[in-house]
Amino acid sequence: MISHETVIYENSFLIEGNSFENAGHISTEVKALLKRLKLPKEIVRRAAIVAYEAEMNICSYAERGTIILRVMPKQIFIEAIDEGRGIADIELAMQEGYSTATEKIWRMGFGAGMGLANMKRFSDFFSITSEIGKGTHIRMIIRID
Amino acid sequence: MTLREVKEILDAEVFVGHDQLEKEVKTAFGADLMSDVLAFAKEGSLLLTGLTNPQIVRTSDVLDISAIIIVRGKRPLPETTQLAEELHIPILGTKYILFETAGRLYAKGIVGCVEKVGEKRDFS
Repeated sequence: MISHETVIYENSFLIEGNSFENAGHISTEVKALLKRLKLPKEIVRRAAIVAYEAEMNICSYAERGTIILRVMPKQIFIEAIDEGRGIADIELAMQEGYSTATEKIWRMGFGAGMGLANMKRFSDFFSITSEIGKGTHIRMIIRID
Repeated sequence: MTLREVKEILDAEVFVGHDQLEKEVKTAFGADLMSDVLAFAKEGSLLLTGLTNPQIVRTSDVLDISAIIIVRGKRPLPETTQLAEELHIPILGTKYILFETAGRLYAKGIVGCVEKVGEKRDFS
């Protein structure tokens, strides 16, 4: 019998920071993986959205980062851990529209100040911790049922 | 309506997806900010945008967008076209500006994938 704690799938993906060359390809992969696991379409979509926003944040602001994907029978965990400048005021950063983006990021269609808000919007659990000069750690859960 | 009809209405050029013009579309979302697209666009919609970089394809893949319409006469970058071919996402281009593109489609029955941004989370 499969218990609720059983890990069905687990992987971590390294992401290069300060670069848009491959930006988004981890999320494309995460989506394809979750699709193959035959998870409900809406769950796959939400997981892909939060993974994509997390990935774009690392590409935009961090030196490097990792996205961890862990699929269990009742939930999907997505963690984004980066090494970078960190976020000084998390409450402010969570506000829709607040952004520290550069023109390079805007040209990609990002930097609208929606990233963290979108991660929270599309996950069932969201937590963020950050240390100035070290990096940021985001944990998200999407419930499957 | 089909993507073929969208192409006719917008006098559009097909960059990717000549074989997908029979796809049915009912709704659309227009924006140049991909995070806004991620926040509000719905599965199966058209994405009307003035951006041409590969992120329009990544965003469309994540959301199951049915096709991308690039407005204002811009052309997709080569890496955008390549990625769209890999992920089977049609890209059309029109010389109409975003306002005209949206208006012409709306007049023929395409509606916004959401009408107003609501407070309730709607995953339908």
